[in-house]
Amino acid sequence: MLNYLISGISLGSVYAIIALGYTMVYGIAKMLNFAHGDVIMVGGYAAFCAGTYLGWPVPLAILFSMMICTILGIVIEKLAYKPLRSATSLAVLITAIGVSYFLQNIALLIWTSNPKAFPNMVNFIPSIVLNKGTGSEITISSTTIVTIIASILIMVALTLFTGKTKIGKAMRAVSEDKGAAQLMGINVNATISVTFAIGSGLAAIAGVLLCSAYPTLMPTTGSMPGIKAFTAAVLGGIGSIPGAMLGGILLGILEKFAQAYISTQLSDAVVFAALIVVLLVKPTGLLGKKVMEKV
Amino acid sequence: MSNNPNETRYVEVPGPGRIPERDMGKRPVLEASHLGIDFGGLTAVDEFNIAIGATEIGGLIGPNGAGKTTVFNLLTKVYQPTRGVIMLDGKDTHGMNTTQANKAGIARTFQNIRLFDKLTVEENVKIGLHNHIRYHLPEAVLRLPGYWKEEKKAHEKALELLDIFDMADMADVKSSSLPYGAQRRLEIVRALATQPKVLLLDEPAAGMNPSETEELMNNIRKIRDTFNIAILLIEHDMNLVMGICENIIVLNFGKIIAKGTPREIQNDPKVIEAYLGSQDE
Amino acid sequence: MPNKNTFLGKANKNSLKGLINYGIIVVFFAVITIVKGAGGLSNALEGQLIPICAYIIMALSLNLVVGISGELSLGHAGFMSVGAFTGVIVAGAMKYHGVNANAPRLIVAIIVGAIFAGAAGILIGIPVLRLRGDYLAIVTLAFGEIIKNVLNCLYVGVDAKGLHFSVTDEVHMDMAANGTTLVRGPMGAVGISKASTFLAGIILIVLVLFVIQNLVNSRTGRAIMAIRDNRIAAEASGINVTKYKMIAFVTSAVIAGAAGALYALNYSTIVPKKFDFNTSILVLVFVVLGGIGNMTGSIIAAALLTVLPELFRQFQDYRMLVYAIVLILVMIATNNERIRAFWKKLTGVFSGKKGGAANE
Repeated sequence: MLNYLISGISLGSVYAIIALGYTMVYGIAKMLNFAHGDVIMVGGYAAFCAGTYLGWPVPLAILFSMMICTILGIVIEKLAYKPLRSATSLAVLITAIGVSYFLQNIALLIWTSNPKAFPNMVNFIPSIVLNKGTGSEITISSTTIVTIIASILIMVALTLFTGKTKIGKAMRAVSEDKGAAQLMGINVNATISVTFAIGSGLAAIAGVLLCSAYPTLMPTTGSMPGIKAFTAAVLGGIGSIPGAMLGGILLGILEKFAQAYISTQLSDAVVFAALIVVLLVKPTGLLGKKVMEKV
Repeated sequence: MSNNPNETRYVEVPGPGRIPERDMGKRPVLEASHLGIDFGGLTAVDEFNIAIGATEIGGLIGPNGAGKTTVFNLLTKVYQPTRGVIMLDGKDTHGMNTTQANKAGIARTFQNIRLFDKLTVEENVKIGLHNHIRYHLPEAVLRLPGYWKEEKKAHEKALELLDIFDMADMADVKSSSLPYGAQRRLEIVRALATQPKVLLLDEPAAGMNPSETEELMNNIRKIRDTFNIAILLIEHDMNLVMGICENIIVLNFGKIIAKGTPREIQNDPKVIEAYLGSQDE
Repeated sequence: MPNKNTFLGKANKNSLKGLINYGIIVVFFAVITIVKGAGGLSNALEGQLIPICAYIIMALSLNLVVGISGELSLGHAGFMSVGAFTGVIVAGAMKYHGVNANAPRLIVAIIVGAIFAGAAGILIGIPVLRLRGDYLAIVTLAFGEIIKNVLNCLYVGVDAKGLHFSVTDEVHMDMAANGTTLVRGPMGAVGISKASTFLAGIILIVLVLFVIQNLVNSRTGRAIMAIRDNRIAAEASGINVTKYKMIAFVTSAVIAGAAGALYALNYSTIVPKKFDFNTSILVLVFVVLGGIGNMTGSIIAAALLTVLPELFRQFQDYRMLVYAIVLILVMIATNNERIRAFWKKLTGVFSGKKGGAANE
């Protein structure tokens, strides 16, 4: 029971980091960046190549991965999404799906579909053993601890960033009203670029953490966690940073419990069913605010 | 209307019971009382009262941001009021949504034009006629006679309505490629096609030149006289408002500050203050 | 254009557009039949004929949702899957009970598959259609995954007493010893006795076209398109938004179910994984490439994109990559304001008269 809870929180923390990327992009660019999950995959491969092929030390490999993803995020936004700023959400979403497929298939060509065994990059602190000597020992692995700490740090940093810094305030202004923000002298395009950069940089961290916990890296590695993290963002209330955190952790716990008590095969179905229930009961999510439609 | 002017004929109406036939046009078809709405703690409209006669042309004016469009959104149930009652032709609209309110007899145009862009002018009007075209889906899929008969009727009706604004020759044009003024006129035709008892026009003259506005005024009167309906309009063009409205309500900061005939409104110091005060905004 | 505004003139124009589509299908059938008669059809291509028909129907079905109703369904393969598996079960049960002729098995399978997919459409539509835009898309995706996961756990068998179901394994189906297993969880439907034919596929396409085109050119179709163009204005015009979105969505699900049954009865085995998110996206590519809302385009795109990969097998690895690029480029080309303005100018040059009338 407790170990399911712990592994759920661990998985949920990864979802939370991915969900933060979704929620920021959705809040500011008002678009569902379907390719976000695949940026995670690219982050995983980048770290893998730097660490395994080039033999770089772990911190450098992670930094490299973040850099690649940040650039990738900015490039995707510039090439694919920016031309569609005034298009319907249908058009933007289809484009985002196109980008997602593009990344997956490029990865397929470069790294083939053979899974890569990802080395654990985050086991640099000792694991904790609970109930030592009682016979029902529970080990909290180093990866789990690092993942949870990382997600909390990221959430706090992002909250401070959007609340205190100038560019963070600009981001909030753009998310409230693009037109008004522009009139106030905020560079909307630059702000959206920064948002994509941050979201994608976080995706790289999520990629490393995800692959360290589940060490098979494939071109499709990012897509399911990506969709689930979006679910988490919706669950918590899209646009809300603590919401993404809460949604991610709840979803992770739900998934682990469903795997344990219902069926491994149906755990995804349970997670998605939760999404549907939440959207029906509270379409704005747990911590989201209601937005009135302008007529 | 009676042949003998000394004899008062009475007509049964919902609500007040019986009223003289000569006053049928003044019988309120739309009545709102103590209407109000709050958005997240902020009161956008409060204590809004209105009664529009069955064939009356009313005006709703006020400075920008006074809450005029919000009133329209309340009357058409796009927003559900926080307080107050709206009676439409004797029926309480409580719990109705926009679709039901339209079916109950209220139609509107939009300040920011909302046409069905990818459909033709005629198809836009036919959407207005939707609830008056009577055939079922299987008849349409199998192309049974009922389909052909009703579609033919709808086609003729649409052209007839478009003729009010001399737009019948544009029937096949995609609505998004119409010039701005024609788009506004098409919105009026579409609203009219739903066969409302009350027609709400949100800035119908916006973007029109004086001669177009003049023509629009005549057309609004013509619509009232032909269809015997009530019209309530929001407009900034004072010539139009003073020219055709029989009664005017002035709104400022979500509250009614004056009510009366055009003459009364023009001389009301509160109205003058509201407008002058708004100049330096 | 003397009779531009007469009712008959208009009706003719709309039916003419529709006739083109029937024409394409008939010509397609005639050409294939002739080529096949002359022995000019490769085995690989011949094997693709029924899938082509099924994908054309899928594309038409999805275009009804995406193009006409303006909502993105990312779980359309799910409906196809429901149709495929119910169809296979029905056809298998009929076979077990001595109906050996293919035609009745196929017809019943398609009808039952369509009905079950339609029921799934209603079940999914009730919650989904209350949502808007991106949320709706993601929830349809979720439903597609749920359907796939559930089918992965489904075991079905038939014996003299009728159908037996289980969600755990074959043993729990509680089937008599002489029964036949029809669906075996993740292994999918097994031992399917093929019943689909190319002719049946063609007839189904024509039927589907008939339904969709007549639906679109009716008050129902207009209402659906009005909601797509401007939901609030449609509501203010007295259109019941949920009802018409539902009609479009469920009709589309019914059609997808029929396509699924046709598709599945062309193979001897079919696995639930066949109808995953990738298949939904493949159909979306057909619709986008053919032009959103353009039924003729959907037909051509579905046929070509199913055949071409067979012809260019050496480029197999690049296929999905090319699809991805196509999706992005087509969306940008058709939705970017500047590119659109450019197209408008270009088409304006060629049909100066029409542009003039519109700009008066």
